[in-house]
Amino acid sequence: MIDLFWTMPSYMVFFIAAALALFTKGHLRSLIMVATPIISGLFLWQTGQGDAVAVSAQLLDYELLPFRTDKLSLLFGYLFNIAAFMAIIFSLHIRDTYQHVSGLIYAGSALGAVFAGDYITLFAFLEIMAVSSAFLIWARGTEKAIASGMRYLIIQVISGLLLLAGALFAVHETGTLALSELSLESVSGLLIFCAIGIKAAFPLVHNWVTDAYPEATPTGSVFLCIFTTKTAVYLLARSFPGEEVLIYVGVIMACFPIFYAVIENDLRRVLAYSMINQIGFMVVGIGIGTELAINGAVATAFNHVIYKGLLFMSMGAVLHVTGRINGSDLGGLYKSMPKTTIFCIIGAASISAFPLFSGFVSKAMIMTAVIYEGYDWIWLALLFAAAGVFHHAGIKIPYFAFYAHDSGLRTSEAPKNMLVAMAIAAAFCIGVGCYPYILYGLLPYETDYTAYDTTHVLTQMQLLCFSALAFVWLNLRGFYPPELRSTNLDVEWIYRKFMPCSIRCGIALLKPAYCGVIKLACTAFEFSIIRTLVRNHGPESALTRTWPIGSMVLWVAILLSIYLILNFFM
Amino acid sequence: MNDEKKYILDDPKNVKRIIHAFYVLCAGLVAADFFVHRHTYHDWEKFPAFYAVFGFVACVILVFLAILMRKVVMRKEDYYEPVDTPSGEDKP
Repeated sequence: MIDLFWTMPSYMVFFIAAALALFTKGHLRSLIMVATPIISGLFLWQTGQGDAVAVSAQLLDYELLPFRTDKLSLLFGYLFNIAAFMAIIFSLHIRDTYQHVSGLIYAGSALGAVFAGDYITLFAFLEIMAVSSAFLIWARGTEKAIASGMRYLIIQVISGLLLLAGALFAVHETGTLALSELSLESVSGLLIFCAIGIKAAFPLVHNWVTDAYPEATPTGSVFLCIFTTKTAVYLLARSFPGEEVLIYVGVIMACFPIFYAVIENDLRRVLAYSMINQIGFMVVGIGIGTELAINGAVATAFNHVIYKGLLFMSMGAVLHVTGRINGSDLGGLYKSMPKTTIFCIIGAASISAFPLFSGFVSKAMIMTAVIYEGYDWIWLALLFAAAGVFHHAGIKIPYFAFYAHDSGLRTSEAPKNMLVAMAIAAAFCIGVGCYPYILYGLLPYETDYTAYDTTHVLTQMQLLCFSALAFVWLNLRGFYPPELRSTNLDVEWIYRKFMPCSIRCGIALLKPAYCGVIKLACTAFEFSIIRTLVRNHGPESALTRTWPIGSMVLWVAILLSIYLILNFFM
Repeated sequence: MNDEKKYILDDPKNVKRIIHAFYVLCAGLVAADFFVHRHTYHDWEKFPAFYAVFGFVACVILVFLAILMRKVVMRKEDYYEPVDTPSGEDKP
């Protein structure tokens, strides 16, 4: 009985908590929310101790697997619980039922998607994720946020529908709904690849990340940056390991966003671009597909969630306290927010992969795997991306928010719960960076990889310090592009400007033609039908004229006599 | 400004000191390249101070290309939504 209890899917805890949060408030709700990821984590830990679990259910003729664990899904499960714990603590200061409940449902459904063993369960959880996370964007309440949330939701639903279509093809091809490795040569593989690709922010479909995340509430963006894209990375690792096209997709993802990140003014949008860059590294790792590369991709995903969460938290804290997030409006905040500054720098050091910080121990696994497999140019491009990450996320974010020119803003430090959440994340960044072996033990493949050797530490320090030197030099010489209030065009231009404009222009062009056709039709109608009607039925026309009674009697008499004559002869 | 507390980076001398210390660190890292034997996987890495040169050049190219890119992609802030009033904080 007790054994059975412990095999309850851990994500159920989140849904129960969401229901409870709906009817409670104040400290009681805070307590429930903080306890949720802890209890869920305990369940998961208990599940992880035993053999792999598979709970099955029946739907019509098909077997569903709503809860299935293995090493890969367990790692993401632990990760999502830790990250949800941080994000929940970060959101405790707000009194918004909407955000609390949708945050819990979002986290729960992300866990559900990770443990789903079949496509129908996966589809259901991904759709719940899409809807619940959209509320975190709409909760900001601005017109921009509402429009952006709607675009976000539409794109997520398109991805969900592609997945469903792919799943139907998969059933047709294999006869089972169970998740399995897929090939891009089958229709199902291609459809599911596109579906996951949208969620992983592949190039050309990446703009929902940079559109929606900066528009969400300060706490909402912390939740958002954790789950959706990382679920996609998990699904790629599950369904398409070693798919070569991923290497090229990944390297484009790693490289192009850094240019945008350098010129972007909204610091949360800078983080969104740098997120695509980081996912690019993971996608390359999955594309390489060797044990080392997959381990590297998964470890990077683990670390990335925490340091990116930390960076989004620090920027969320800045936005919450000052009401501003543009680099052009900030600066000098280290004076009023020293603790947030330190946490932000720890996050920045981690994403830049400084030795002793978490990014260092995972990114190198991917780089080593790439060079082992002989992809020289890919390696060089990734090295460029690694230098670029430090440049925009490692230096630009802390520099423009907390240093640079003094904006004159004097505020208070961020609320306590935010500081606690950031401290937990920072502790993970340093902890994993200094002692990576617990993380290595959780990876899907056994590894004896050692991150800390002289060569690696030295080369990485050279790369980073000289990137920083470039920043210093460019800044002192006045070459560094200033932060300007602006919008930078990206692929989203097609659906945010070009398509609405062309529809509007089309309408404007077609309107005279349309009017002409309508007018012609009206004239024809008037001439053919109305005129006839008027002639026959209008006033004083043959059928509406008043006739004298005498003529009627005459006609009756004529008719009767015709009738009599006919009758006589028949 | 006079009645306000002076912060460590308000003094340009301190900023200079930090930058000079950073230069020394960079020089040290390049110097270390000649004393420490790096094991290399690739011929490119054998080039002395390959990573240092690459990091510097990559970032300079990155920034100059980004500046050029601004000429093409930069538009006014309200390019997409001409009517909107941004506001920042969480709802209380």
